[in-house]
Amino acid sequence: MSEWSEAVQERARAIVAQYPQRRSAVMPLLFLAMAQDGYLTEAGMIEVAEWTGITPAQVAAVATFYTMYKREPVGKYLVSCCTSISCMLLGSDQVMHALEEEAGALHGQVDAEGLIGVEHAECLGACGGAPAVQVNYELIEGVTPDKARQLVQWLRKARPETVNTDELQQLFGGTTSFEWAIKEEVGAVGPYPAFESFGSTAPVSADGTES
Amino acid sequence: MTYPLLVTKRMTDFPSDSHTLERYEATGGYKAARASVGMTRDQLVEAIKNSGLLGRGGAAFSAGLKWSFLAPARPAYLVVNADESEPGTFKDRQLLERDPHQLVEGIIITAIANEVHRAFVYVRGEYPKPARRVQKAIDEAYAEGYLGKGIFGSSYDLDVVVHLGAGAYICGEETALINSLEGLRGEPRLKPPYFPAAVGLYNKPTIVNNVETLSNLPHILNQGIDSYKGLGHEADTGTFLFSISGHVKKPGNYELPHGITWNELIFDIAGGMRRERRLKTWIPGGASAPWFVPSDHLELPITKDDTAKAGSMLGSGAVVVMDEATCVVRAAERIVRFFAHESCGQCTPCREGTSWLEMILRRIEAGQGREVDFDLLLDVSDNISIGLAWPPRMTTICPLGPSAVSPIISITKYFKGEIMTHIHDGGCPLPA
Repeated sequence: MSEWSEAVQERARAIVAQYPQRRSAVMPLLFLAMAQDGYLTEAGMIEVAEWTGITPAQVAAVATFYTMYKREPVGKYLVSCCTSISCMLLGSDQVMHALEEEAGALHGQVDAEGLIGVEHAECLGACGGAPAVQVNYELIEGVTPDKARQLVQWLRKARPETVNTDELQQLFGGTTSFEWAIKEEVGAVGPYPAFESFGSTAPVSADGTES
Repeated sequence: MTYPLLVTKRMTDFPSDSHTLERYEATGGYKAARASVGMTRDQLVEAIKNSGLLGRGGAAFSAGLKWSFLAPARPAYLVVNADESEPGTFKDRQLLERDPHQLVEGIIITAIANEVHRAFVYVRGEYPKPARRVQKAIDEAYAEGYLGKGIFGSSYDLDVVVHLGAGAYICGEETALINSLEGLRGEPRLKPPYFPAAVGLYNKPTIVNNVETLSNLPHILNQGIDSYKGLGHEADTGTFLFSISGHVKKPGNYELPHGITWNELIFDIAGGMRRERRLKTWIPGGASAPWFVPSDHLELPITKDDTAKAGSMLGSGAVVVMDEATCVVRAAERIVRFFAHESCGQCTPCREGTSWLEMILRRIEAGQGREVDFDLLLDVSDNISIGLAWPPRMTTICPLGPSAVSPIISITKYFKGEIMTHIHDGGCPLPA
């Protein structure tokens, strides 16, 4: 019997129906599970196993392969700092250091309050706007160490329900890889990608604040 | 000097709404897809083969030829590789965000050419915004009857699903991507037997194409093969998207023809070096590519063949530029660390070798290098890719392991003095 609410089960059914074989739904369902509990719990993995007809061990084998399935709490806001080659050349190590110091958490850790997780990430595909940082996978380009500190302070103070890439870029970003030009209508509500079928998006109003 | 644009033209002309269906259709969108509904597989495959279009994901293999290899069994599947993760590469992100309908149209054309009724777009998990844009474009195409049952009023059905990755570079390798899509760990499969065109997704014939490759298709059909070829340079037809990053004044994505020189690309198009520092070295085609240096390569024309002859590749088009103040040990360590982190762990030479290379580079950078470390770097590399040849010889299922050898070959060849200074002086002469 599923522990998920009827609404979440509805989402799970829709996800499974997208594939010719239900095992293919493992990855999206793991994100759906994260969206229920804030991170990937053992109960979540067992649930995914039931939906996909494989064993919990097989689900765990998949979950442990990919970096974005967090099997420990990573806070409400997961701050990922790219430290790959292009970002490194433009000072990402200093940005990472500033994030760690301001949050009081080193790579892979969460701050004392359990609010902000910090990690370094491999290339985020924002090399033309290096250094890049993501909050719950919402991108900010052209981040300086000072702006990185301000970002952590802001998350602590404002505690936004939704983080949105345009708002973050405006507050803490600089040069971008290319002209963004188009405003996003939604943002992320937790440390997993904001995508409609996972139910992990929330609308953002026109002025950039969450509605 | 300006060059004609194809895949970035709409977003350049209409920056505020290039992603919308209205703008897409007002600028000739879906014309090619509509026309291809009435075309046969042979006609479409021949057209793309004759256009000379090479895959833009890194391997630069003929897209039409790849299609022609599709085995006759059905169903067949199309998988769009939008798992862009090669360090230095950010071109597909721009195409996904700024012109998603162009990709959807490319998907429709490819599906018809390969008798595919089910396509999957595998977008890397760290690209939620591009994934949302593509999903929106797909939803709009369904609403218009361009996707779903009986597309464009024909009897042809086509469904497209966006599938998010979850942070594994290796899933950009096509057989790993297929495993990932099947709900398995993203580990590359052995070829043979697992050539996707014969034994791909769910062991069915499968086409795997990159975002930029598919984005070119509407233009090829709309403007005709001769006109498309005319934009390029000899064997390298059409345009090519370069992602330029690092110590240049104007980093970004640039759509260019092949055949210009590295000098023109770095100093004219990308604005030259920041802080007027001198150019030390650059990576011509993504983190997997051996590096170039000004003394040998600056006047070389940028073509697939010239780059291969000089011992490197254009790969995914990612050019990473480093100035004279860059420590090459640190730069190499960062690239090797990437491959060590992203190694799937199946093959011992890669799993163990990349980690050892990372550790050796780290201790050299930290001033704890030993005299033998220079040879040790080469020895470990030789165990991953025997003979340190280009193109690399393989001891592994996929090219990830040998990719980690590229920076080692580069720094030991061009910057031996700098490595030995680290070792002899007990530290980095160029601290960050």
